[in-house]
This record gives sequence, C-alpha cells and structure tokens, in this order.
Amino acid sequence: MSDRQSSNAYWRANIRTIWICIAIWAFVSYGCAILFRPLLSGIKIGGTDLGFWFAQQGSIITFVILIFAYAWRMNRLDREHGVEE
Amino acid sequence: MEQFTLNLIVVGLTFALYVGIAIWARAGSTSEFYAAGRGVHPVLNGMATGADWMSAASFISMAGIIAFGGYDTSAYLMGWTGGYVLLAMLLAPYLRKFGKFTVPEFIGDRFYSQTARLIAVICLIIASVTYVIGQMKGVGVAFSGFLNMSYEMGLWTGALIVAVYAVLGGMKGITYTQVAQYVVLIIAYTIPAIFISLTITGNPIPALGLFSNTAAEGVPLLEKLDTVIQDLGFASYTAQTDTTLNIFLFTLSLMIGTAGLPHVIVRFFTVPRVADARTSAGWALVFIALLYLTAPAVGAMARLNFVDTMWPNGPQQDAIAIEEMPNWVQNWERTGLLAFEDKNGDGRIEYWADEEKNEAVKVDQDIMVLANPEIAGLPSWVIALVVAGGLAAALSTAAGLLMAISSAVSHDLIKSMINPDISEKGELMAARISMLVAILAATWLGLNPPGFAAQTVALAFGIAAASLFPAILMGIFSKRMNSQGAIAGMLAGLLVTVIYIFLHKGWFFIPGTNSFTDDDPLLLSIKSTSFGAVGAMINFVVAYVVSNATQEPPEEVQDLVESIRVPKGAGAAQAH
Repeated sequence: MSDRQSSNAYWRANIRTIWICIAIWAFVSYGCAILFRPLLSGIKIGGTDLGFWFAQQGSIITFVILIFAYAWRMNRLDREHGVEE
Repeated sequence: MEQFTLNLIVVGLTFALYVGIAIWARAGSTSEFYAAGRGVHPVLNGMATGADWMSAASFISMAGIIAFGGYDTSAYLMGWTGGYVLLAMLLAPYLRKFGKFTVPEFIGDRFYSQTARLIAVICLIIASVTYVIGQMKGVGVAFSGFLNMSYEMGLWTGALIVAVYAVLGGMKGITYTQVAQYVVLIIAYTIPAIFISLTITGNPIPALGLFSNTAAEGVPLLEKLDTVIQDLGFASYTAQTDTTLNIFLFTLSLMIGTAGLPHVIVRFFTVPRVADARTSAGWALVFIALLYLTAPAVGAMARLNFVDTMWPNGPQQDAIAIEEMPNWVQNWERTGLLAFEDKNGDGRIEYWADEEKNEAVKVDQDIMVLANPEIAGLPSWVIALVVAGGLAAALSTAAGLLMAISSAVSHDLIKSMINPDISEKGELMAARISMLVAILAATWLGLNPPGFAAQTVALAFGIAAASLFPAILMGIFSKRMNSQGAIAGMLAGLLVTVIYIFLHKGWFFIPGTNSFTDDDPLLLSIKSTSFGAVGAMINFVVAYVVSNATQEPPEEVQDLVESIRVPKGAGAAQAH
C-alpha cells in the first residue's frame, strides 16, 4: 500500500513538472514567436525583431534546454521516490 | 578528376562503411531485430534518431523553403523540433517502460482490443508508406543527377544497400548505420554553410551569421535581404504573410505529428533504461538542432547570394548579362532546376517577382542547398560530400520507415493476429521477409511514383497527429480511457482529417475532385496541412465522451497503466 502512495506522489510531481515545461514550451513558440510577436516588435536583434529570432532560433534552443532540465528533474524524482531502476 | 568520378568514390566509400557496419551488427534474436537488443547508448540513439528524422526533405529542401517563404516557414523549424519536447515528457519514457516492440502493440494491449491494434497498424502503414516514397525518389534523383546513372539504376542501388543492412541487422543494423549516416550528413551540411557564412558575414558560425552585419556593407544581413527582395517586388522576408491562426495550427500539427510518427517513437525502445529514453530525446534534439539552426542561415544567405548574382550592381542598375553568368548557374541550368528566358531580348536576365517581366522563369528551391558549394567556390570534394550527405539523409529515413512498416506486419499482423503460435525463429524469419517485401514495395513506388507523392507529407503528419498521438497520450495519462473511447476517438480524428485533406487536395489526390483550395479553405483560414491539430482535438473530445458513457477498463489494464508510469522494473520487462 505504501508503494502505491509513493508512486501516486511521484506521478503528481511528474505531472506538475510536465505542466511547467509545457507552459515554457508554449510560451516561447506559440507565444513569443507567433502570438506576441507584434508586442515584441520594439525589441531589435540583428536587423529584425525578437519574435523572428524566437521563431527561427530561440524556440529550438529553449526546447533543447527544456528536455535536459526535465530529464534531470525526473532523475531526482525517481531517486527521491525510490522508483529508479 | 571529373566531378562525377569523385562523387562516385565518396559515395562508394560511405556505402562500403554502411555495409561494413551491417555485417558487424547482425541481429540474432527478435529483440535485436525489433529493438536493437535494447542496448543502444542514449547519445548514439540520439544521433541515430537525428538521421532517422532528418529526411531528404530536411537536407535538400528545407533551407530553400525557408529562403523563399521567410518568416511564415518558421513553422517547419519549430514544428519539427518542438515535437521532441512532447516525446521526451509525454510518450518515450512510458513506452520504453512498457517494454514491447511496436506502437500498435501498445495501443492493442492498453486498449485490450485487436480492433484498436488493427486501426493503429493501418494508420502506421499509410503514414509510413506515403513518407517513404519521397525518400526513394530522393535516392533516385541523387544518383541520376550526380553519378551519371539512370534514375532506375540509382533507385535499385540504394534499395540494395538498405536491404543488406536492414534485412541482416534489423533495428540493430539500422541504428548503427544511422549513426554513421548522421555524421556524414551533418558534415556535408555544415562545411558549405560555414564558408557561405564567412563570405557574406565574416562569421564562421552560420546561426550567428544570420543575425550579423554583412561584411561588404556593414548593415544587418536580414535588413539588407528585406530591402533587396522588396525592391524586386517580393514580400518582406521577416514579415508575416499568412494568418496567425494558420501558422499557429500548422506549427501545432507538425509538433504533435512529429511526436506521433511511429518510426520516431520506436527509436526510443532501443535504449537500456527509462531514464535513458528521456536524455536520449534531448540528445536527438541536440543533433537535429545542429542542422535546424544552420538551415535558416543557409536559406537567407543563399537567397541574398542569388539576388546578388542576378543583379551584380543592384536592381537600379543593369541585370546580369547572359554571357557573364557564373559557371554554377550554367551547371544548374542544365539540370532544369534553373531556367531563363530573355523575354525582352536585351541579352540580360532580369529577376523580378512580377511574372510578366521576370526572366528567371524557374528557380527551384532545392538549388539553395545543392548549389551552395559551387557558389562559395569550394573544392569538388565538398560537392561530392554534399551528394553523399543527401543520400545518407534519404537512406537513413527510408530504413527507419521500412523498419516501422515491416515490424507492424511481422509482429502486429503475423505474430499477433494470423499465427500466434509462431516460434521466435519463425518470427525472426517473418520479420526479415517482411522487410524485404517492404523494400521491394517502396522501390516499386519510387519507380512509379503516384502523381500525388509531393502532397502526401500532409497526410502522414495529419494521420500521426490526429489518430496515433492522442491515442497513445490518453493511454498513458488517463486510466479511465477505455477501448470504446480510444477506438471512436482514433476513427473520428482520422476520418475528419483525411476528409478535410481530400476536400482540398482532391479525393484520393485525384486532380480536379477537390471542392476547396488551400488559398481559400473551408474553415476560417485553416489549410489542409494545418488540420492535424484540429483532428487531434476532435479525437480527444470524442474519446472522452464515449469513454465516460461506457464501462471503465478492467483492473489489469489499470494496473498496466500504473506500472508504465514508474521507471522501476523496466529491466524485467525485457524478458517478454
């Protein structure tokens, strides 16, 4: 029974982590690169605006960092909850 | 030495390498054939995934698409990378824990239904077969364009090489050749890009060069590009031309389509542990990003180069005289990718957006990558390397797709539905035969490409996004989701998406049978290529409603969901 409670807490922590990552994922791509691009047009970078940079580079770089951050956090959660392999 | 001799030598060397790897990495069991024995290091699996994912289209066409599409085409860049975030968090680790061999197998077991499994097999086969036609065509074109071989001979040579390592080694052979192919393709892509960036901006890193000043005038590259192409009447490079809604949905469709494509998902079955599946997705994206961060720089710089070539002193002065055309322009004119027509007979070629007065009547987007080494004046071995790189990109993706197709046939159809008593040795033989048949079928389709081949990428992504991705996701994250809900959801998402595509592209892609066009689509401004995300939402809603109106799944299925959610015990699952 305690096993089950521990894995429930583990799953809730995982879901929380996923929501945070999804929020960042959506913010840089759908937010900065598409929806909020007009709002960011005042910020200039290399001859164009920040939204264009996010669309062509910023999102991709953020995605890479996000996956490694998620993997690192999950490895810690695995150990804390004793569910690692 | 003649260019084509050099091409032959470099391509021959890379092919010898692939065959050598195949002999070293033979598969002796079904676990090795389907999942490389689950012993692939996460970094190597990341590289293999990079090659698996980056197709002939990524290698040859993407920079050109961006060069002519500007900001709007960023959807490809974000869509084809953002899907890996979803894979890493929502699918890969749990499917690795599940510990079996195919995507339809998960759907069948989780929804305790052979019907669900069969629908997944059908989706997998349609998505993968449509995708593989483009790869086979890419192989044939590369051979006929660069190796003085006929298209047919080239296609058979490529098919033979894939057959050697895929039939012999299955997933194991494919994995290690994909690692080698990644190395070949990334070197081939990067070297010309570094030189073109150095020439135009003085910055050796193309991704940084894109946002730097030009070496000649000291103005920002993108600002200059915007000015010159608008002077010629083209739309601004950095401004948005499509609607926000369509760009949004297109990006989303590509992202969830990427995460739902079976040939990508199964790559994560090959790593030893659940934790490795997560980091391996990160490494895959690192290796993909190396090309995807370079591609927009190549696109912008190649476009600027092309305009500068056509208008050596700017559009206010005279256009280029026909006899002054550089060598590379004449070379590519011979291939038909470039075509000129001196309409006003002044001996000069004027390049304009306005079709009436434009004399550069054909500028194929693929020229932006293919002609790069010649534009930058690089030695001929670099050109040979680009040929080998394009072939590596096409062959590695073709092999991954053929693996997904053949394991669906041997494992999901033969082993699970037709002959469950088959021995492991028998299944391994069935898997090898399925692979051979899949290669022959793909080659036949490459030799007789259906007229709609170019349009089917929308179909592959639409199906993956609207039917497979939501089903797998709900199978992991909702314990309540039952077989009725999943089946109804998959069918609804699939049908609505396919019908929407057919309404715009023609029924079964037969020209003239479409009722709408993508320039004036049925719903709001949603093009048929962007509809996968809408199909996915329909799938979720239908599945939720039907599932709540019917019985909850049996206890043992709920236990299965509990168990795939935690990494512990994945090693034991290997024994299945």
